[in-house]
Amino acid sequence: MCYDHELMAGASKRKLKSALSANSYYFSGDEAIAEGAIAAGCRYYAGYPITPATEIFETITSRFREIGAVSMQMEDEIASICSCIGASWAGAKAMIATSGPGFSLMQEAIGYAVITETPIVLVDVQRTGPSTGQSTRVGSGDIMQARWGTHGAMPIIALSASSVQELYDQTIDAFNFAEKYRVPVFLMAEEATAHLRERVDIPEEIKLFDRKKKAGAAPFGTEESDGVPPMPTFGEGEKLLVTGSTHDAYGIRKTVDSLAQEKLVTRLHSKIMNNREKIIEYEEHYLEDADIAVICYGFTARSSLFAIERLRKEGKKVGMLRLKTLWPFADRAISNVGSRVKKMLVPEMNMGQVVGEIVKYASCEVVPYNQVNGEIIHPHTIIEQLRALL
Amino acid sequence: METLSIYAPRLVTKRQSLTPGHRACSGCGEALALKFVMKALGRDVIVVMSTGCMEIISSQLPYTAWEVPWIHTLFENAATVATGVESARKALARKGASLPKAKVVAIGGDGATFDIGLGALSGAFERGHDFLYVCLDNEAYMNTGIQRSSATPYGASTTTQPAGKASFGQSTWKKNMPAIAVAHDIAYVATASASYPFDLMNKVKKAIAVEGPSYLHIFAVCPTGWRIPTDMTIRVGRLAVETGVFPLYEVENGKYSLNYDPPQLRPVIDYLKPQGRFRHLTPEMVDKIQQRVNKEYARIKEKAAQ
Repeated sequence: MCYDHELMAGASKRKLKSALSANSYYFSGDEAIAEGAIAAGCRYYAGYPITPATEIFETITSRFREIGAVSMQMEDEIASICSCIGASWAGAKAMIATSGPGFSLMQEAIGYAVITETPIVLVDVQRTGPSTGQSTRVGSGDIMQARWGTHGAMPIIALSASSVQELYDQTIDAFNFAEKYRVPVFLMAEEATAHLRERVDIPEEIKLFDRKKKAGAAPFGTEESDGVPPMPTFGEGEKLLVTGSTHDAYGIRKTVDSLAQEKLVTRLHSKIMNNREKIIEYEEHYLEDADIAVICYGFTARSSLFAIERLRKEGKKVGMLRLKTLWPFADRAISNVGSRVKKMLVPEMNMGQVVGEIVKYASCEVVPYNQVNGEIIHPHTIIEQLRALL
Repeated sequence: METLSIYAPRLVTKRQSLTPGHRACSGCGEALALKFVMKALGRDVIVVMSTGCMEIISSQLPYTAWEVPWIHTLFENAATVATGVESARKALARKGASLPKAKVVAIGGDGATFDIGLGALSGAFERGHDFLYVCLDNEAYMNTGIQRSSATPYGASTTTQPAGKASFGQSTWKKNMPAIAVAHDIAYVATASASYPFDLMNKVKKAIAVEGPSYLHIFAVCPTGWRIPTDMTIRVGRLAVETGVFPLYEVENGKYSLNYDPPQLRPVIDYLKPQGRFRHLTPEMVDKIQQRVNKEYARIKEKAAQ
């Protein structure tokens, strides 16, 4: 299942001069994210030091100097995300990277980006929490916060990578989604992958999508079926009013108009939910005849695959489904797998977040496995858990 | 001087509420400064501390270097948590609770003070709480690996504003944080350095004696981030004062006084030269820094003369 074929109609295959030449590289996850952003055309980055995302900032800073793009250190995370919103309206593809505490500070601005339909990419290199937690150790406790963290939560797009290569690829995807749907897109990276060093293959050409433009069109309303209005930029000659208050199609504030509120919120919701089959991506392994399916994402998927291949050698009928898109949630895929297997195991580096969504859609028995000690979930732990279920 | 070295240690308490054995880098000027601060504060103190080097090195679980009540807050809000502690104690005392006497002291690094926590600090100054705020200024985000802050001096190389072909490092001048504190019309503002321990401890004592908010800005040499040998900490701290880069002064109820005013300032190159973070500077840039230092120093001198 891949969005690549349908969604990116309108995307062009090209290679920006600034991107690294096609070759194999040896990168840490953080470096791969920085290079992915540059390849996707990111030209504005606002950062604030935070472990374990700082290396993204450092890599981007030195690379941006070479290509003449702007990397700005701000006074805090709130300032970082807000300056990205400004940069996006000024026409630049903009990104910020942070970790849990910074992500929490950004929540109000995320809501603002959602209601103003501002394309930005936010990388959250997850560490343990809550609060300062253990800053150099891995967790994935921000999944629900990505979806529900800002008040009046609206659908966003959140991706999850299992390898350094995928962090590179998904950073590019994140920019394409942000531009296509005019929505903040989150790359839910994890400390373990961000600090991992692996081979990254950079292709000749990359599919890039730039925001839609249409002179004179309403910037906050559309009759098009995808629900995404074209986005002008400051200084292009359009009358452009941008506000975090409820507004009509032309950005005029409508603070007591029930119809305007309903219309705007419904469209913000449906522009993602109606297109979710084009956005959602997942990967199946050994599911054809499986009795038990492991549903996993991020670094945990590496351990899960190892565990499943080990058990397959013993003839055990186990398989897995890896979520590459966390939000919008892969409800149909889960309900489909749920009707085929007897049990599902959901290992997570939190006290149970995605498992709640799975319970909503799967008809089979769903068993969570939660580990919150700041370490990755080892393959032998998953093997043990699966043996107990077999 | 020799006789002083016999008597000086007797003037300072041996008792430390920040105990040795913590995990600061060797030669850490910030930990040294904090030790002097804690010696001067004594035991009747509640410490509110921002995230930063000093928080990390003093509290690696399962150990702690603290022998006084200590609350580690978020990065941005030491001043506001101190607000809560101070106000609640005041309210409880008003209701007749018998609480032991204690001074509330908020401590943050330069990132926590100059950047992310500036709003919180300004609010606490404006509300007039009875607390001391200590800024331990090592001129960058050292805890996360030497990223620039608005306390980083002009020309210094950091990982987020590195010196190289396209950049000479920090392109802006250091934010004048003591002047921002003075602008709040608080009773006591002072600058200090761990290279001048008695001056530092006297200022801590003065600062906690005043009613209402006070602000102490301490220059903290960081061998790791500044790229200097670890045995140069005290020397570089002295050079900063002797060259006029970091003048020692205090502002009592708006009245400036310069605490150390040598007949002639040393050239700034003496201070810049030993530091790896400045090694790329050209003579023109050094000259630019010299002119700026002259101007700033003259300004403080003029205010002190008023």
